[in-house]
Amino acid sequence: MRNATKLLLRLLTLFAALALITAACGDSSGDDGGDSASSDDGGSSDDDGGSSDGDGGSDSDLSVAIVAPSASDDLAFTQSMVESVRALGIEPQITDGTFIVEDAAAAIRGYAEDGVDVVIAHGTQYGGSLEEIAPDFPETSFIWGTATDTKGLDNVYAYFPEAEQGGYVNGVMAAQLTDSGTIGVVGPVQAGDAVAYIEGFTKGAESEGATVNVVYTESFSDVALAAETAEGHLANGADVMTGTAQMVVGAVNVAQENDVLWFGTQANQTDLGSDVVVASQVYKWDAVLETMFSQIEDGTLGGEAMSINLANGGLAIEFNDGFDLPAEVKTLGEETVAGVIDGSIDPN
Amino acid sequence: MSQFFTLSILVATLASGIRLAVPYLIAALGETIGQRSGVLNLGVDGVMLLSAFFTYWTVLETGNMWLATAVGLGVGLVMGLIYAVVTVFFHATQGISGIGIFLFGLGFSELMFRKQVGAPTPVDKIAEVDIPLLSKIPHIGELFFQHDLLIYFAFGLVPIVSFMLRKTTFGMNISAVGENPQAADSLGVSVAKTRFAAILLGNLLAGLAGATLALQLGLFQGNLTNGLGFIAVALVYFGAWRPTGVMVGALLYGMVQATVNQLKIQGSIPQSASDIAAMAPALLTIAALAVLAGRIKAPSALTRPFSRA
Repeated sequence: MRNATKLLLRLLTLFAALALITAACGDSSGDDGGDSASSDDGGSSDDDGGSSDGDGGSDSDLSVAIVAPSASDDLAFTQSMVESVRALGIEPQITDGTFIVEDAAAAIRGYAEDGVDVVIAHGTQYGGSLEEIAPDFPETSFIWGTATDTKGLDNVYAYFPEAEQGGYVNGVMAAQLTDSGTIGVVGPVQAGDAVAYIEGFTKGAESEGATVNVVYTESFSDVALAAETAEGHLANGADVMTGTAQMVVGAVNVAQENDVLWFGTQANQTDLGSDVVVASQVYKWDAVLETMFSQIEDGTLGGEAMSINLANGGLAIEFNDGFDLPAEVKTLGEETVAGVIDGSIDPN
Repeated sequence: MSQFFTLSILVATLASGIRLAVPYLIAALGETIGQRSGVLNLGVDGVMLLSAFFTYWTVLETGNMWLATAVGLGVGLVMGLIYAVVTVFFHATQGISGIGIFLFGLGFSELMFRKQVGAPTPVDKIAEVDIPLLSKIPHIGELFFQHDLLIYFAFGLVPIVSFMLRKTTFGMNISAVGENPQAADSLGVSVAKTRFAAILLGNLLAGLAGATLALQLGLFQGNLTNGLGFIAVALVYFGAWRPTGVMVGALLYGMVQATVNQLKIQGSIPQSASDIAAMAPALLTIAALAVLAGRIKAPSALTRPFSRA
């Protein structure tokens, strides 16, 4: 009996250790990851100097860490930040999958304690933690978003996308491509840039006479519900769809299967549905990061909120080269972009 | 609102409800078997995640859905084996062990996905199989006879599990060890072996549920189940540990989800009430549980490890 108890204890210990290790490496937010992740402190980490695909515009000597709620190659929110930092010639340390705010807070504090110059807290939900952590590390610069204010902290920068701009452009083009006149939108929780994108999209599509049916599934991670929402849109006659956040992979798959057109946002979603993705609004955070990094190197560690938009190149409409988009629609899209930039079109 | 009641929309909504219900149904049927034997398994969601990943990965690598389904079942079996050893032979606390299985499944499936696949990559979904003649019946055909094989199989499992639990010696032994293991033991029924087998069967079905999810979506990403396995555990209580009750619960849950979705699409539920409406399936389940709580009786030995005095 004593041997059995010992064996049980050993097994339980081993099992608990395995569970903790794998859970720590995992992601409770609901998306995927990259093939270059390596384990680090509290989430999956990617600090192995993977590919730097940017133009190296900054070539900063700053050390940068990113803490983000979803995976670093989610084809959406987190990937857009990782790619933007890499575009500046910096290979960031990454702790992704920190959907649980306490985990993120531990990672943010850990990077600051390690002496990282810039810690990017890539999630609106991390604001409360940052309010507690940032004052403890006055020599560290924290970059937080999406957010429109810096919580009054001198070592915090904030960033946010004016996602309604690209949403409007996508909506205008979508309205040109629908035969039924009905467009479906698969949204997540009603918060942040998801609402801005969807409202901009709706306004753009309705300005061209289309009917837009919007559903917020109230989940960032329920892929099955997103897929069924897309099926529901099809049953209601939609022949063009869009959506935002990580769970849209299910909806894009439904679009691809039914040959229904799709407009993406956050990252280029062509890989999810190469036959049906028409265009994607892509976040290029480097448009503001470059300014922030430059100011940090000059000694200004924060105190300012900056937005990415079509005018500063932080938002870009990327077309799927494999999709045969009628020239007049593409032209209309480009004209709409120009109109938003010069102020003749108001997407709000 | 009136558009909702057009027949085609109604049929599409009900069909959506059936599709949404199926993973819950399969997982809950498996959990029913386990709980009837006195073993609670809170690790269902973790088993589903592991099975979903390995099923998806097999399709991605081989394109063979039958092999993928077998792999998914195999994952369920392996996890069942681990859980059975821990809970039956070592008498570990079932609740904590189940949570351990869940955390392991959540983390390991995510880790494997990152290492082996990376970004979300769609694969072929399991194809619909139209039942000859029946699928041609207007509306009824679309609703009941134009689904994939796993959906037919899931509903076919209900009478099979029901028959097994009520009419076979093995099923009656399961109930006996779940109600009064000491008495069952005194009558020569091996409590350990019976519970072991029940856990394996339960996890096999949890594996099938995960495989079903992956094959129906043609995708995997971290936390794909989104807590579906925990809902399945609740549905066992909702269904009063009876397969037909579990089926009713799963269908109700799926139908409410699909109906809320449809009403949102048509604007009948305003966006300002979207978050409240999204809670409807869970609220309904809780309300039903509250109403039924006094009238249903859990297996007497549920969560209680057995050892001969």
